[in-house]
Amino acid sequence: MNTGAFIAIAIVTLSAAMAAATLRKLMHAALSFALAIVGLAAFFFLVGAEFVGLALVFIYIGAVAVLIVFTILLTRRDVEKDHGFKWGGVVIAAAVFAGLTWSILKTQSTAIVAPQIRALTVKQIGQALMTTYVWPMQCVGLLLTAALIGALLLVIEEKP
Amino acid sequence: MSKSIDQIFVSAKHWLLSWLAGSPDWLIQIASSLVNIFALLAVFLTLFALMSVLERKILGRIQNRYGPNRVGPFGLFQPVADGIKMLIKEDIVPARADKSVHFLAPILIAAAAILALGVIPYGRNMTPFGIDGGILFFFAVGSTTELAVFMAGWGSNNKFSMLGAMRAIAQMFSYELPLFVTVLPIVMVVGSLSPDRIVAAQAEYTYGLVPRWFVFTPWGAAAFILFFVAGLAESNRTPFDVPEGESEIVAGHMTEYSGFKYATFFMAEYIGMFAISGLGLTLFLGGWHAPARVLEFLPSYLWFFGKLSVLLMVYVWVRGTLPRTRIDQIMNLAWKFMVPMAFTCVIAAAVWHYAGRGLRGWLWSLIVIASVYTLLSIVLDTRRKFAPRVYRFAE
Amino acid sequence: MTPTLQGFLIASAALFSIGLLAALSRRHAIFILIGIEMMLAAANLNFIAFWRFGQQHQPPVGVMIALFSIAIAAAEAAVGLAIVIAVYRHYRSTNVDEFNQLRG
Repeated sequence: MNTGAFIAIAIVTLSAAMAAATLRKLMHAALSFALAIVGLAAFFFLVGAEFVGLALVFIYIGAVAVLIVFTILLTRRDVEKDHGFKWGGVVIAAAVFAGLTWSILKTQSTAIVAPQIRALTVKQIGQALMTTYVWPMQCVGLLLTAALIGALLLVIEEKP
Repeated sequence: MSKSIDQIFVSAKHWLLSWLAGSPDWLIQIASSLVNIFALLAVFLTLFALMSVLERKILGRIQNRYGPNRVGPFGLFQPVADGIKMLIKEDIVPARADKSVHFLAPILIAAAAILALGVIPYGRNMTPFGIDGGILFFFAVGSTTELAVFMAGWGSNNKFSMLGAMRAIAQMFSYELPLFVTVLPIVMVVGSLSPDRIVAAQAEYTYGLVPRWFVFTPWGAAAFILFFVAGLAESNRTPFDVPEGESEIVAGHMTEYSGFKYATFFMAEYIGMFAISGLGLTLFLGGWHAPARVLEFLPSYLWFFGKLSVLLMVYVWVRGTLPRTRIDQIMNLAWKFMVPMAFTCVIAAAVWHYAGRGLRGWLWSLIVIASVYTLLSIVLDTRRKFAPRVYRFAE
Repeated sequence: MTPTLQGFLIASAALFSIGLLAALSRRHAIFILIGIEMMLAAANLNFIAFWRFGQQHQPPVGVMIALFSIAIAAAEAAVGLAIVIAVYRHYRSTNVDEFNQLRG
């Protein structure tokens, strides 16, 4: 890990996230969101959690971002309209950020550097998923199936 | 001797990096990556140029005409002429287009295609970026293509573009599932997501004669055929080129692109095709391994590119032979046939593993695949569907 | 020099606050969803950072939680966007301020 890479990734991620939150055009915001996710995956690569980073890109870019742009496409008659912007949110977000930063900087135990560890292999993750986490994994599978069916039922057109 | 030829590119890279000896670690790492990237780009852009002219010539032969034969010997300099033509064309952006999205789409699509090449082992010790989850990386990068296609369709602000993009995304989503699932049996049997390990697992020979490639097992053969068809669809090749069907929707999501941006799309399509064939032969055809022990004196990269060219020729052959399918036929094939068959391959691989990976496993997995195939053809009523068509109103 | 845990936590807090900003300030339903997704992703970064900087366990708990949370975020996005489309069909709008009736 080096600080230069960390700062570069942080700048890209946070500015993309900021663009996603504030850009006026919805499509641009959705694409900035995808860029922010790529930046986050770069963070994961930086700390050595490659598998999670790849899973993040695979799921967020390949599925969630495409879903979002499709939704924008399907509701596009409304996209051009201005929806307004509440400044109260900015205040609250700034307050939350200030509070979190204050508490993080105040906590001395977080000012540590990463210990040397052996690289996390995909095999270890697979073994953990198939032994300790086998029931949570089944539950997630069930949840995803339920979400799939639920989403389909929600958007299906009713026959007149 | 043969060993030094086999490793010639690896030694060349080490020699190049020895100039930097004594520099900090990160500099050497960056330089090493840059060498890999330049090598990849040089090889595959040359291959792209070569492929674009060879494809046209072979298609010409298949269709009983000459193909390009004016520029240079045998028309081999045609790609240069094409490149110059593309470069000096006017770059037109529609007035109502979403300019930035319109501009970024070809860049993203080309970047994704090139990135996917990075994890394929091209020879012994010749994997550009040997990351542990290489297969997942390939698919993660490949999935950004869908977003890029959508960007092209949306950014152009054109009905044809949007229709083409919708078709392309529907098709890519449908075929990504069988593509990914047909890889699963390999990952299961090898126990690793790393392409290097998968190639290493196919190194030996059964009875000292038949190479232990996965395509020689029943589940591997079935998975390879499914993978190849899904790869055809993913790279938008005939017979699955509905997204850019010229006779229906101009050029699909590329309608509003001209000049070099169009060339970039074209290049991304070919490089995507190389990447998917490269992955296919890494997974099923033994990667860079020679097909027989006596042929192992030839360097490994020659075997890789030999196999790659055979696969690419099959792509061209398919393009020259089959007509375009309809979108509903494409969707039916994906969801009703390919997805169930892909999952059957996973089960057959498990059966093969638990029956001892030998002849018994071979027969049992064959039985599993054959029975599911028969069942599917009964359920889908293929006998009636593929019967000679009866024209009731014509004739 | 290497970044400390604080750096990662602050980056994650910033991402979380930006997500909160998007969810609270924008009135468009899809923006709110993007904001929520961003907050979830920021939480993932925290899990991964604590896994990397903390005691090493076998199995790697932080990585596992991050993986599960990614899967749940995918389910959430699918259902959330389906709701947006269903509501849009009904109200012809995606502005959350206009969804003010329970009966249709």
